[in-house]
Amino acid sequence: MTDYILHLADNALILGHRNSEWTGHGPILEQDIALSNISLDLIGQARHLYQYAAELLNDGSTEDSLAYLRGPEAFKNCMLVEQPKGHWGTTVLRQFLFSAYQYPLYQQLSTSADEKLAAIAQKSLKEVTYHLRWSSEWVIRLGQGTETSHTKMDDAVQTLWPYTEDLLKYADDDLKTKWRNQLRDVFAKASLSVPVNMPMAIHRKTTHLADLLSEMQHLQRTYPNVEW
Amino acid sequence: MVEEQKILSILQSIPDPEIPVLAITDLGIIRNVNVIIPGTKLEIEITPTYSGCPAIDIISMNIRMQLMKEGYAEVIITKKLAPAWTTDWMTENGKQKLKAYGIAPPGNSVRSNPSVLFAEAVKVQCPQCNSWNTQLISEFGSTSCKSLYRCNSCMEPFDHFKCH
Repeated sequence: MTDYILHLADNALILGHRNSEWTGHGPILEQDIALSNISLDLIGQARHLYQYAAELLNDGSTEDSLAYLRGPEAFKNCMLVEQPKGHWGTTVLRQFLFSAYQYPLYQQLSTSADEKLAAIAQKSLKEVTYHLRWSSEWVIRLGQGTETSHTKMDDAVQTLWPYTEDLLKYADDDLKTKWRNQLRDVFAKASLSVPVNMPMAIHRKTTHLADLLSEMQHLQRTYPNVEW
Repeated sequence: MVEEQKILSILQSIPDPEIPVLAITDLGIIRNVNVIIPGTKLEIEITPTYSGCPAIDIISMNIRMQLMKEGYAEVIITKKLAPAWTTDWMTENGKQKLKAYGIAPPGNSVRSNPSVLFAEAVKVQCPQCNSWNTQLISEFGSTSCKSLYRCNSCMEPFDHFKCH
């Protein structure tokens, strides 16, 4: 159970961090702010989940020690969220693939027998609604935009698709169906093709997560318990 | 009862750190006041607005500080996530204060459907000139709770406190 909560928390934190790499560097101001707000929502969800995990562990762990002091081997996030941000199209596509999964997932968890998890899911669901709409609209805009944007979106699909099986590894059939339906609908509107028979990534072979954590954690690890 | 009333009026004096015209009681984030030992120990249940809102920690700190100033030795602040906070809990008074401050207040919240893409934005009245001829610039504004609009009549941009 605790491992599952950590998996949910790590997904949210790592994606929140990846998205925040755009802050100050977005293509236009309003979308820079939009993605930063999405990051903030995700990090907030991660906080709630880490707080709950710390409670369950009951071994002195805190939300901060779980986020900042675990090494890459201990993180339980899916591979999709740790992939580099790529270009803007890669980022919005990754957000879409993830939000299309997170939305039905939180719908399911909202009725969990675990009251705390249900509460976190119900609250997060409201925010994920915005994330899903925002990313769906952007996938469509860029897919239908210019020849350049369309080509870049095609490339983004090729880059990220191998991580979709791993994204859905804990999903039941109902969730997988909902994800696929959302995908087919938005891809059709974006004139993008859903890949068939593309080999899936099975093992983490890159240093993406380690690199991300070394950037995110270095301050806390260098100056333990520092506050500002 | 009398003590709970007194505590509520203390809480009413604490402003929201981001939008100081609002008291924290206007936001609907105070869910319960529980006096454990009269005059000494109490519990305040609060609920965060958006998951990532950084103000909740500051608000908790201010609640504790203010109540300890009033003589309470032990102030327990509990975060209650369910039921999820909604702008429906904002007071009418709070909504009017927002408008006077230049932020368009939330209307009644409608359950948002993520499959309805490129939908027409909720019509929002300009808090400066009262025109309804306004345009959404971005659903994500300066903070998690706000979206950004522009008035086509007076040409001023303004924040809208989102229905949530």
